[in-house]
Amino acid sequence: MKLLTHNMLTSHVKGVVKGYPLIIKATEVKVNELEFNAQFVSRMIPKLEWSALIQAAEWLGQSQDLPSTLIPNYENDEDFLRKVHRVLLEVEVIEGCLQCPESGREFPISKGVPNMLLDEGE
Amino acid sequence: MDSSRSVRRTKEEKKLLRRQIKASHILLKHEGISTVSHPTKHLVVSNGGLGNGVSRESLLEVLKEGGPVETLLTPPAKPYAFVTYSSVEAGQNAYTFLNGRALQCQEQSVTLYFSYVEKVDGDKSVSCALPPGLSVLEDFVSPEEELQLLQAVDLTPHTDDVTVQKALKHRSVKHYGYEFRYDNNNVDKDKPLPGGLPAECDALLQRCLADGHISVLPDQLTVNQYQSGQGIPPHVDTHSAFEDTILSLSLGTKTVMDFKHPDGRSVAVVLPERSLLVMKGESRYLWTHGITPRKYDVVPVLEAGGSGVMTSDLSNLTLSRRGTRISLTFRKIRHTPCNCAYPSVCDSQQLPSLPTVPVAEDDACRLESQYVHQVYEEISSHFSSTRHSPWPQVRDFLLSLPPGSVLADIGCGNGKYLGINPEVMSVGCDRSVNLVQISIERGHEAFVSDALSVPLRSGSCDACISIAVIHHFSTQERRQAAVRELIRLLKVGGRALIYVWAMEQEYNNQKSKYLKERTTETSMENGKELKTEEYKSNQQEEHDGKMRSDMKFAKGGFGNATQARIHVHTNRTTFLSQDLLVPWHLKGNADKNKGATSSSTDVPVDNTSQRPVFHRYYHVFQQGELEKLCLGVAGVKALRSYHDQGNWCVELEKTHYTSSKDDIA
Repeated sequence: MKLLTHNMLTSHVKGVVKGYPLIIKATEVKVNELEFNAQFVSRMIPKLEWSALIQAAEWLGQSQDLPSTLIPNYENDEDFLRKVHRVLLEVEVIEGCLQCPESGREFPISKGVPNMLLDEGE
Repeated sequence: MDSSRSVRRTKEEKKLLRRQIKASHILLKHEGISTVSHPTKHLVVSNGGLGNGVSRESLLEVLKEGGPVETLLTPPAKPYAFVTYSSVEAGQNAYTFLNGRALQCQEQSVTLYFSYVEKVDGDKSVSCALPPGLSVLEDFVSPEEELQLLQAVDLTPHTDDVTVQKALKHRSVKHYGYEFRYDNNNVDKDKPLPGGLPAECDALLQRCLADGHISVLPDQLTVNQYQSGQGIPPHVDTHSAFEDTILSLSLGTKTVMDFKHPDGRSVAVVLPERSLLVMKGESRYLWTHGITPRKYDVVPVLEAGGSGVMTSDLSNLTLSRRGTRISLTFRKIRHTPCNCAYPSVCDSQQLPSLPTVPVAEDDACRLESQYVHQVYEEISSHFSSTRHSPWPQVRDFLLSLPPGSVLADIGCGNGKYLGINPEVMSVGCDRSVNLVQISIERGHEAFVSDALSVPLRSGSCDACISIAVIHHFSTQERRQAAVRELIRLLKVGGRALIYVWAMEQEYNNQKSKYLKERTTETSMENGKELKTEEYKSNQQEEHDGKMRSDMKFAKGGFGNATQARIHVHTNRTTFLSQDLLVPWHLKGNADKNKGATSSSTDVPVDNTSQRPVFHRYYHVFQQGELEKLCLGVAGVKALRSYHDQGNWCVELEKTHYTSSKDDIA
């Protein structure tokens, strides 16, 4: 699971109001080098919940000194975009779990696959 | 007829006219034949048909009194015939003088009524080719052999008889090798009859073996004696009782056997004296065969080439009086469950209890859990290997998305759509852990989730696709909830593309790939050559009912349940109902797939190769059903809807947000 996916995921446990962002408890994290595409990254940034991304990166010890608020004119800041690229697309959680911040429900991540299935009535 | 004449009509004339008008009404109502009031050279002769016991020869004799006859068409089993005279005058002459003529034929008298028609459609009731896998070998035994065989299977009762002989309601039967039981349409496989098959059959069976009609010698023989007027109801020989090839030798007078496909196609096949009928594959497993009880058969006029299909040439049919016919049916007892490609009619492949179409939510969940979720886990590897090429119109949709779009593929399977557009951020989800695993291994982003509750932020997606997913939900409410959930993920202005399987596998006279690929798939699966015929798939509901009543299953119960049972579909055929179970014959690395569940569940096993057969639940959509479902969801409009290779498809746009409480199911 990349942090881009994590940024979109939310808790869907019944009755939960604030299920975002899901807390990452990782036991295995991998960094996969990927070809850098500045345009792609700068197009993704406005789609993100920035603070959730920074939070997730910190949980994994991968914050890259990224600022807690989004900087203006990031489109032309290659150094910044490369850091976002690393956090967003190269860091992957292989084993661990995602936890709903409100209900405490944990969703396992195994072999890179988050299993978000709920039990009946959950 | 002009009115000035009618005032002077006698009582008899009036009666005749009334009856003639009645006859033309019947033709229009039951046969769709329109008669006209002005004279033509073509006439339809009511009551003068083979179906009424009127032979071609005796009819022709009467017709010639009217004038020179150009053609005479006698459709089989119809109570009328078409005659074309050389001129309108001759037609008029026949109309005037022959109307109401009584004709003595066979054991009865019929009255002929004449009406004019504009033209005679010679193509009407033209039959198609022999059912696939069927052949009729003429003169397979000599008259001497016939005599020997008849003596050997003599149907007069003997007290010390080792065979089992019975007089059924409609015919006499005798069994060798194993008794065929009519109470359960099967044989007691552990109770062979002493004596085996008569030695007189050896030469004939060895010939069948040498000629390649069979690969093993039969070990069961049923002798049927049909008196004139007797028949046998349409049936498929019980799959679990006998192996594939069934041989039937016709001795005594010829007969006509009717073969029927579940979709309604019907082929009448002439079985001449001393011919051998070989039924294999589709003709043995899927088509019913039977003999209509009657005293006369419609057969081609010429004796030469007396076997085969009854026939496209309606000007060449007449009646043949049935005498006594004795058939010798040779079959090989099957000791393992049947694994044919026709599960809808296979007793071995019937599920222990067919599920019913669910109404309640928890029934629906259970059904989908067993017949969708568990199955995809089991078949994931094989399933994935068959899902590689993206559907062109789905690909076009994906490529139409602006760069930087966020796409969610809800029900992504092996992720074949996740990498189509590299300018788009794609994330997929699926209910199957194994399929999501495959997506991840291919470098895509995916997670495991149910399509009714997707853990993605509302309004986070520019586009969503749901390809071949929603047809797996078993109630209308759940199907609509799946659409609602899809729309929840979209931002306003975002687009969703939905594909579901269509009930209509033939659209605008084009058969879907699903139907077209029948030939290759079945021949690959069975190593047999099967030909796809051209046929129309209309009147499906009617045939659905007909088919089930035709089939006789050993255990009974199938088809006479009061609740709507979900039926097992035969792959690559037209759908006969909307809710069905579609078999999946697991191939290839089956062992890898075999998890704890497959060994614990009662999965029918294909015994030649130990391939398990799984059943997936589908609700196939009728035209218009998908749009209606989608437009029942708030805040959405349809951009287009279309039929694509046997799927109904709709592209939606989210027009405004609705309250999130309504959105989250």
